[in-house]
Amino acid sequence: MTRTLAFCAVAALVAAAPIPQAAGQSKPPAVERDTTTEEFEKFRVVLEADNPAELFELKGAELWKTPRGPKQTSLERCDLGLGPGAVKGAYVQLPRYFADTGKVMDAEQRIVHCMVTLQGFDAAALAKQPFSNETHTPDPVAITTFVAGQSRGMKIAPPQTHPRERETYAIGREIFFYRAGGYDFSCASCHGEDGKRIRTQQLPNFTRPDQAIRSYQGWPGYRMTGGVMHTLQWRLWDCFRQQRFPEPGYVSDSLTALLTYLAVNARGQVYKGPGIKR
Amino acid sequence: MKRFAAFLLIATGPAIMAPPAAADDPRTAAVATLQRDFKPRGITTMNLLVEDGVQAICNRTDDKPPKDVAQRLEQDQLAGIRWPADGKLVGDWKSGERIAQNGRGMTWSDPAGAPGGGSCYNCHRIGPQETSFGTLGPSLFQFGKIRGNGADMQRYVYGKIYNAKAYSLCSQMPRFGHVGALSEQQIKDLVALLLDPGSPVNK
Repeated sequence: MTRTLAFCAVAALVAAAPIPQAAGQSKPPAVERDTTTEEFEKFRVVLEADNPAELFELKGAELWKTPRGPKQTSLERCDLGLGPGAVKGAYVQLPRYFADTGKVMDAEQRIVHCMVTLQGFDAAALAKQPFSNETHTPDPVAITTFVAGQSRGMKIAPPQTHPRERETYAIGREIFFYRAGGYDFSCASCHGEDGKRIRTQQLPNFTRPDQAIRSYQGWPGYRMTGGVMHTLQWRLWDCFRQQRFPEPGYVSDSLTALLTYLAVNARGQVYKGPGIKR
Repeated sequence: MKRFAAFLLIATGPAIMAPPAAADDPRTAAVATLQRDFKPRGITTMNLLVEDGVQAICNRTDDKPPKDVAQRLEQDQLAGIRWPADGKLVGDWKSGERIAQNGRGMTWSDPAGAPGGGSCYNCHRIGPQETSFGTLGPSLFQFGKIRGNGADMQRYVYGKIYNAKAYSLCSQMPRFGHVGALSEQQIKDLVALLLDPGSPVNK
């Protein structure tokens, strides 16, 4: 409770912070000295020590070990790639190839697969409202947050040994650069160059290994806008919305391919665990 | 050489036909995967995932098309610009500022028929009062003051907003008039924002 209150107080401070005005009007402020982002970063660091994402990790841990669904089984036999029930380090080694499905799967896609096959949940029902709102956090979101937390401090290391893993990376790369839609946008339109931003939002260049980690870092993330927990599934879904594309399917292969491209580009970088996002 | 033949086929054909490709080509697999996984929602349709001629050339050349192909396609795009019947290209800069600020339009969460904005500040510095601007595009601050606001410049700015690809084939800027994201009057108002001597952009 105190924790939540303290968080709200800091959040209020952030909301009340005035947007700094540029001093010299004729010269645009340099990207390196983006004061709005710098200010937010200071608050974010304070918040990270007391991250609400941890509450969702705890909820996810409960869900993982509780017998649930029509089959009243837990997820403790779910194979995330390192063997049934092995969770430690699994997240940073996804997406990867699974022989039982014959395809490459990402973390949330695999968790949903386990919920369907082991626990008997209905895939269509899970896909109906897959994202959090102010009053509801879907179970796969909390479970993914738990699983991600079990890779905190580990290096991103998705395997590229199976031919399907390499093929999935290649498909993801194509999707990343595919310009289409009413605005002619691809992922690379915003994330293919260094030092750019939309409004004041900094845009990492995901084609560079040292910046590609920023696609994974902080996700799953507690998003201060709306105060909800989101995973990379939501992040990519909303990117495609803004790309003026039609709607991508939840835990679909298109998103897995894209996540494979991003994860492989970020290989070797340390994943700091679930985070906080503006 | 084979790739170049493909450009020509696309550039000259009246309908856009993708060249036949091997099934293990990642590009073909990627497009098939997108077509399978995405669904229409709101005002967005599956047709949006099908490249038009410009997108096809840019996608196949990493946005660096051969010069002659680029020139021919730019001319095609230029010929498709619908210029205002009344001959007037400059509207109201105050309305233009509101349109430049408005980032709505063309997403599945935007209502059908509602006028969208130009999302201009997402990528460009424009008016001096707005410090929340993006840097994907060049700064447009003092655009008219620096470049003038004569008839040729008015025509260039109107045309550029209507269809940026008519001037630079693989430009990252959307074709706002070409796809109907902005109306004739909205484009006129944006021209005014950049060129009107009374606009704060040119103070």
